[in-house]
Amino acid sequence: MSVVAPTGDAASTRGSRGVRLAVHAAVPVAIALLYPLLPDYHQGNVVRILLLAVYASGYNLLFGYTGLLSLGHALYLGAGLYGAGLGTTALGLDPLLAWLLGVALAATLALAVGALALRTTGVAFMIVTMMFAQAGYLSILHWNRFTGGDEGFVVPTVRRVAGFALDLGEPDVRLVIALVLYSLALGICYALVRGDVGRVWLALRDDEERVELLGHDPFRHKLLAFVVSGVLAGAAGGAYALLFGYVGATFATIQYSILALLWVLVGGAATVLGPLLGTALMFYLVDILSGYTAAWLFAVGAVLVALVLVAPRGVLGTLRHRFRWSWLP
Amino acid sequence: MRKRSDDHPADPSDTCAAADAVPVAGDASAPSPTRRRLLGGAAAAGALATLPLGAFRSGHLHGATDEPFRLGFQAHRTGIGATYGRWYERVANAAVTYVNESGGIGGRPVELVVEDDGTDPKRGAEVVEKFATLHDVELVFGPLFSNVVIASAARAGNLKLPYFVCSEGHHVASGLLNRWTVQPGITDVKSQVIAMAPWVSDNLGKKVTMIVPDYAFGYDHRDNFTAAMAARGGEVIEVIAIPPTETSFTKYLPRIPRRTEVVYHVMVGPAVLTFVKEMGEFFGRNRPEIFGFIDSLEGVDLANPGLESLVGSHFWEGMPRYAFGSEADTFYRGRIGVDDDGASVDDPADISTYGHMFSVWETLMVIRRGMQESGYTDKKDRRALIETVEGFETFEEGEEHPQGTKTFNGRTHQAFGRQFVTRLDETEGGTGTRLEVVHTTSIEDGLYEDEVDYTTRDF
Amino acid sequence: MDLGPYFLLATLEGLLMAAVLALTALGLSLVFGVMRVVNVAHGEFYMLGAVSAWWVASLVAQAGISSPAIAFAAALLVAPPIAGVVALAAERLILRRLDYRPEPTIVATIGLLYMIQQGVLTLFGPDARPVRAPFDLRLDLYWFGWSGYKLAVIVFAIVLIVVARWVLVNTRAGLIMRATEIDTEMARALGGIDTRRVYAGVFTLGAMLAALAAVLIVPIQQAHYLMGLDPLLLSFVVVIVGGLGSLRGTLVAALLIGLSDGIVSVFFAPTLAKILATLLVALVLVFRPQGLYGEAPR
Repeated sequence: MSVVAPTGDAASTRGSRGVRLAVHAAVPVAIALLYPLLPDYHQGNVVRILLLAVYASGYNLLFGYTGLLSLGHALYLGAGLYGAGLGTTALGLDPLLAWLLGVALAATLALAVGALALRTTGVAFMIVTMMFAQAGYLSILHWNRFTGGDEGFVVPTVRRVAGFALDLGEPDVRLVIALVLYSLALGICYALVRGDVGRVWLALRDDEERVELLGHDPFRHKLLAFVVSGVLAGAAGGAYALLFGYVGATFATIQYSILALLWVLVGGAATVLGPLLGTALMFYLVDILSGYTAAWLFAVGAVLVALVLVAPRGVLGTLRHRFRWSWLP
Repeated sequence: MRKRSDDHPADPSDTCAAADAVPVAGDASAPSPTRRRLLGGAAAAGALATLPLGAFRSGHLHGATDEPFRLGFQAHRTGIGATYGRWYERVANAAVTYVNESGGIGGRPVELVVEDDGTDPKRGAEVVEKFATLHDVELVFGPLFSNVVIASAARAGNLKLPYFVCSEGHHVASGLLNRWTVQPGITDVKSQVIAMAPWVSDNLGKKVTMIVPDYAFGYDHRDNFTAAMAARGGEVIEVIAIPPTETSFTKYLPRIPRRTEVVYHVMVGPAVLTFVKEMGEFFGRNRPEIFGFIDSLEGVDLANPGLESLVGSHFWEGMPRYAFGSEADTFYRGRIGVDDDGASVDDPADISTYGHMFSVWETLMVIRRGMQESGYTDKKDRRALIETVEGFETFEEGEEHPQGTKTFNGRTHQAFGRQFVTRLDETEGGTGTRLEVVHTTSIEDGLYEDEVDYTTRDF
Repeated sequence: MDLGPYFLLATLEGLLMAAVLALTALGLSLVFGVMRVVNVAHGEFYMLGAVSAWWVASLVAQAGISSPAIAFAAALLVAPPIAGVVALAAERLILRRLDYRPEPTIVATIGLLYMIQQGVLTLFGPDARPVRAPFDLRLDLYWFGWSGYKLAVIVFAIVLIVVARWVLVNTRAGLIMRATEIDTEMARALGGIDTRRVYAGVFTLGAMLAALAAVLIVPIQQAHYLMGLDPLLLSFVVVIVGGLGSLRGTLVAALLIGLSDGIVSVFFAPTLAKILATLLVALVLVFRPQGLYGEAPR
């Protein structure tokens, strides 16, 4: 993996640091401003894309920056989904608590699986993470009395929040929640990536031995990446359950693990904004093409191939490389 | 290469469908993609970059009362449900043609807007939203797979969109869903199963081993059949729940207890033929009685080698694949382009999902009746539409309801009809096999107590 | 059924599964082992083989030849090259241009997966279709019957593995592949080996082996356009658990996973058995990341 890493301090001056921050902070603001101008349909899509981008952003920390390819992150997405969903329907928790339950569940699972899986690396890591996720999916099916199994269950979106009746599924409410969540995720990713932790991650990706020699603990840093990515996945999953009112086993299948990888690669691995771009691009690619032909999957595949030939580092990654935007984290 | 059948039955009134006149973001005119369409799609993809977002229809014309009603059809065009989805779309198109020929809805023609949900729950919910906000349809109908239905119905409920499902799942009548979701075209699994139990117990045997898929559909079979058998003096002695996507079943067959009198099977998915073949290999000549739901063989040609072991066994069929002599059935087959053996008239090797797809036809007819009787003119009447449908009690057998007469329970939003037991017999002269109807249940056989009253719920 | 016969059946089914895994993973063992390329479309080449087999068989039947053995033989000859052509085209037009860099290759092969899958859906349809075994034989083993063809598949697998090993060890082509696998740079510099041609050859060969496996296996399953996902995942598991670059490892892993799957299912409910089998694989790798026969990490 030979992505040109942003050279951090050497190139940053106070001014360029400000530019970096401004560009990233501007994204949620731009979305908020653009949103009212969009037709209803696209407004709904923006919310979905934002939530899925939170999932992808977390994945990017582990894959893009730390260089660990997990094929089992749908497990944490699912944990967030089921935690929030069951928290609501089975435990009667209010939305925020239910969501936190989902996040906590995802974090716990990520910690447990990470501790085991990080004993491996490379392809073995890929398979181990995939196997744990598969076991999770099968468990959802097996204990279907509690989980609703493959069919899933409905989560009511009209809730009492602080004494008010609020419909979490209502478009504007959804947007506020999704935007806040994405901004939080963006902020966390940005801070981590720009800080010391991010530098160690990049170093781990490129040369693990050197990292150890320099006195950092590789395992702890990898585990941090793993857990943070799991937490973000759980946050996204929990929000999805509460806002869209459905929890089901499909979200925990391997396809959803591969999607995170795909979104990150398309947008640009090891770029903070890449996941959002990748998620949006793939969403609209599918949506638009499926309106034209029943064979839309072929077209999507062709576009992916074309894209990777033209932009092998993903859109933002290739732009950064081509135009030497080393200031783009 | 296998010839792609033209899914439009030769029908002089084809041009009636207003679908051609108005551009829609959804392919209504040719449900099965051909190579031409494939290339066209790829070319369109290339031109995409130049399209501004506003190119998509988001509003609708005001004024003219002969402006068509746009109805959304949610199809499993791709994904694991594609076998069914392809036929469901074909039936939907044929039904729309029939409706438009006979005056449309209240004089206004029907235009179908089709979206592919990929048999994926997440995508299903997304296309429901697309139907409501982008395509601006009056209502949506069509989906089959339970998980997709549940996810999509949740959205439809939030969007206050009438949602007519063609799924046979018990999730409607169980109260899981919402007041906007209705299943008027096909009986649900619970009803099918309890209608079968008495016949199985009386005719095949009292000790049953069930082989079902390990998810909700399978549990509905398991739970309801067990209870119904017990009520009839029989017993389910073993349940083998097979994980979905399993491709090999032999290793589970030893779990069938030796004292089993009847093996009850309902398997879904592409591996069903393997399942049946392996069952035949395992048992050989001395097999117990076998009773299966046609789900195990929907879309599968009975002439396939390996199915000889099923000769003499019995099936539940929602609607008998082989023509059973009813006028309504003959009429319906002609309209949808299916021959007397349940295959496409264009390709005798292309077997339809005849046992289930009538639900699409009948659902559209109920939609029409509901819209007409409620005086539906536009979206403000959506609620009135549901309330009117809730008042329906009977759907008479005929051109609109070829599967048979049904009663409709407005409180549970579920229709109830007759079920068929058929037997796989060799035809005279030994030239093949055929499913013959041996028993027809009454509607009462499948009734059960209400589990919900949607009419007391808010919209 | 009594435990004894049940065990016998479970063992037979386990051996069959091991054979299927070994056949399916063989091609990937080469591609992944030699080129270290994650080919997400590997399962689709397998599926192409199955679907092509059905197509060839139906053409033969249409030509008036009713012998399933001939149809099967024709499928064996025609299906792998079909997959090979698609693979070669993909390699030439796409993968070579990407220089086999890991991340772009993943995206490209995902795109390839989508294209092949949808292409087959369009041309072949969504229905599962059977292919007749070359012979119909039911072995009556007293307590239960078993398919004679399944036994043949096990034999096929053994033969194919033996042949593959012989080729790798005893032929020039095999030597070149192994040299390239061990050290690509050296192979190019010292051996004068045109590694680009080797890569093209291996990738194509991998696809053809996957297709061949599918032709052998499809008579006991069905051809279906979505059937590629499971073999993809299972192949990767087998190759990695066995240890990269080790044919013997692939074989042993296939045997272990296949047999344990069969035997675990005797004692546990099906889904639970699958959960346990999955966790078992994960734990094997956690405690031995290089796989059974891979080189220990330095």
